[in-house]
Amino acid sequence: MQNTIYQKIWSQRVILNLIFLLLLAAPLFLSDFRLNLLGKFLAFAILAIGLDLLWGYTGVLSLGHGIFFGLGAYCMAMYLKLEATGGGLPDFMAWSGMSELPLIWIPFQYPIVAIILGILLPAIIAFMLGYLTFRNRISGVYFTILSQALVLVVVTLFVGSQNLTGGSSGLTNFNTFFGFSVNSATTQTAFYIITVIVLGLVFFLSRKLVKGRFGKILVGIRDGENRMRFLGYSPSAYKTFIYTLSAAIAGLAGMLFVLQVGIISPTMIGIIPSIEMVLWVALGGRGTLIGPVIGAVLVNAAKTGFSESYPDIWTYFLGLLFVLVVVFLPKGITGLFEKWNDRRKKQDVSSSVEVEKSYS
Amino acid sequence: MSQAVLKLKKVIVDFSGFKAINQLDFTVKPNSVHFVIGPNGAGKTTLLDVVCGKTKATNGEIKLQGTTEISKLSEDQIVHQGISRKFQAPSIFQNLSVIDNLEIAMKQKKKLFSMITAKWTNEQKKKVSEMLELVGLKEVQDQSAGSLAHGQKQWLEIAMVLMQEPDIVLLDEPIAGMSKKERNKTGELITKIAKDRAVLIVEHDMDFVKEYADIVSVMHEGQLLFEGSMEEVQNDPTVREVYLGRKVEEHVVS
Amino acid sequence: MNEIILTLFNGVSLGSILLLIALGLAITFGLMNVINMAHGELIMIGAYITYVIQNIFINYAPPEYFDLYFIISIPVALVVAAGIGMLLEVSLIRHLYKRPLDSLLATWGVGLILQQTARSIFGAPNVGVTSPSFLSGGLEVGSLILPYSRLFILGLSIVCLFSIFYYFYRTASGRRVRAVMQNRQMAECLGVSTRKVDMLTFAIGSGFAGVAGCALTLLGAIGPTIGTSYIIDAFMVVVVGGVGALFGAVSGAFGIGILNTVFEYVTNATLGKVLIFIVIIAFLQWRPSGLVMSRSRSLD
Repeated sequence: MQNTIYQKIWSQRVILNLIFLLLLAAPLFLSDFRLNLLGKFLAFAILAIGLDLLWGYTGVLSLGHGIFFGLGAYCMAMYLKLEATGGGLPDFMAWSGMSELPLIWIPFQYPIVAIILGILLPAIIAFMLGYLTFRNRISGVYFTILSQALVLVVVTLFVGSQNLTGGSSGLTNFNTFFGFSVNSATTQTAFYIITVIVLGLVFFLSRKLVKGRFGKILVGIRDGENRMRFLGYSPSAYKTFIYTLSAAIAGLAGMLFVLQVGIISPTMIGIIPSIEMVLWVALGGRGTLIGPVIGAVLVNAAKTGFSESYPDIWTYFLGLLFVLVVVFLPKGITGLFEKWNDRRKKQDVSSSVEVEKSYS
Repeated sequence: MSQAVLKLKKVIVDFSGFKAINQLDFTVKPNSVHFVIGPNGAGKTTLLDVVCGKTKATNGEIKLQGTTEISKLSEDQIVHQGISRKFQAPSIFQNLSVIDNLEIAMKQKKKLFSMITAKWTNEQKKKVSEMLELVGLKEVQDQSAGSLAHGQKQWLEIAMVLMQEPDIVLLDEPIAGMSKKERNKTGELITKIAKDRAVLIVEHDMDFVKEYADIVSVMHEGQLLFEGSMEEVQNDPTVREVYLGRKVEEHVVS
Repeated sequence: MNEIILTLFNGVSLGSILLLIALGLAITFGLMNVINMAHGELIMIGAYITYVIQNIFINYAPPEYFDLYFIISIPVALVVAAGIGMLLEVSLIRHLYKRPLDSLLATWGVGLILQQTARSIFGAPNVGVTSPSFLSGGLEVGSLILPYSRLFILGLSIVCLFSIFYYFYRTASGRRVRAVMQNRQMAECLGVSTRKVDMLTFAIGSGFAGVAGCALTLLGAIGPTIGTSYIIDAFMVVVVGGVGALFGAVSGAFGIGILNTVFEYVTNATLGKVLIFIVIIAFLQWRPSGLVMSRSRSLD
């Protein structure tokens, strides 16, 4: 009897709410520096949830989410850059000999437009690639390879268009956001709180999506795409939708990232960062929603600790982590918890059986 | 009443040169248990494939209820036209519970956006519950489908097919690997479901065919060789020659 | 006119490099359906082996025999890369045959480790390999000069292609490999050791990566990431060519190679990449399973 009450108190929902409140309260006990780091990790966590909707639930692996993250980040950065120059021409454009603002930069003068485009652009690109591939039943590793080729193309484009994107040094030196100084501690705390709230919203909505009938259909597509066709579903529509949604979430994460980190460059969205994102999900536990969040925070915390002092060792560690997680921990950290939970339940049962025996 | 629910006209399925089905005319009548038999490679499974859209017909037409042409439709569209198929190997969703399997299988709007907001209606609950009773999986409804016994998996898949409320059910060797008791139960189930719809079954087990068939079609080399009751089939000399021939010889020898 | 011919020649040359790399992939990916993301690093290993052997010759061999280093490097690179591939198959990939996406991630991890190892041993900056004297200079055709090194790579890729073809279609061992790839259970029943075949096939595919790496040293300086710069294009070749088909790989490699060079010539390097990606996606609308299709009757 006590056991059930205990379990109820510690039910998943309560734990999730506690974590959410704890994150909201973090500014009270973390230094500005650490808060900023945590905010960055949580922006990554938002992306990881979207990636897991695609990979963990629907079985489609994208090695190209860095691009969607990057598009969101660049949209925000373009606005910040224009705000910093006060309507003038950004420095790198002047260096490459341009005299007036190029056409595609003009909408980014308006913050609302920039925010909308930061979500819409990744979604549109994902929709196009998703529609054209899933429609033709190109799936599995073929799609994965195409998604990686997309990274190569977009990164080359960003690096090559020096006068439009700042080339390989990216966009940085921002000043204000809606008139607030982006470098002040208060604004940064506000960005952090916004990130936590967005994370909470994305988590909550994703949970609603996967716990309902829709989530069962996604699992059905993951485990037997063809079978789903003969139940009357069109898997390509569902896959395109989830891919688009997950790209939009990545764009959102990218915007929050650039606000807190203050720089975005092609190396942060390229092939290696894109595949690192997959590791967050894999390590945390694919097919759960809390797993990717845990994975994103853990891997990035480790990376921050490690790579500053020993960048070489970090690369070895990263490589090794991939191998170990895939081979020994396919369900990630949450998988470990589940196993542990099952074992405890079994022990409970066996102990209660013993009690009954002793009474009889 | 005798109007055909499904009519194939001069259908050809060509696998790069090999005609698995060749100029086949085929008719399925409503409310009948219709068996398809024939030696290996006769085109029986291809017949089911081409009806449910898994394989596209190279030529010919497939008409549903005398009007709807389905040979150009995709698999999921054909399902919504009222044709459901059970595959040979149980292909259920192992990671979902029994009731979840039925939930996603049942007849409903299956478009993306209607699914995002989908909720259980009382009618749906009742239907799923009745189906669970019918196939005897009520007790295990919350177990994951992967943990079921082989026979139970087969019934679950039959239940999933029925939940789509089709006019035509296609079954590919439904009793393969079943025990005597399970077969009888499956047979009764087939008779029961055929009251409201046509059931087209590919089967190798002649005793089973004899017991439950209303109509038997014999296929040979991608064409229809003979059609009639099981008794007529057994007495037809051409059928005996191509299909039962070997058995007859064996009897003579022994 | 000359420029057009030169562009085409460069396209064919790029195609032959892609073919050399894609041949290995076509075997591991095409026949075994394993995405080996460490394939690029096997290429790198081949390149560094050439570099090491060159240094050994510089330091210990009489200068008149210097050119021999390249002749020796090719078989050594083949054997070492094949050995590493075999090790990879036995220790890792074997356990992941049922999970293609997972083997992709795990091999990527291996690739990362190999890359970092190279960085630790040879340093991050690129190192140069002096081409053997018999491959310097070029063939004069009219007013054009076609470099011998590129012609050599073209020849090498053709030799590799034919040896693979010969092996798979004309030897008993190759026939066993094809039998396993087509019907694993049946081959097992007939007494073919599928484990050995898997290991061997993977080793062959990896060995060709080593040879490709060796050839790449002719074109410029080499570095720890030399493999990654070609590998995605090479994967595209296999996707476009159709999986498990050598003919598809050949047409895919030269198709992508030539189009790439032409696009880059007409526009610029950046836009060329974008255009080729669009062409590939468009191509897949027409032929979703690649140039060479195989029909299958199984569900899922």
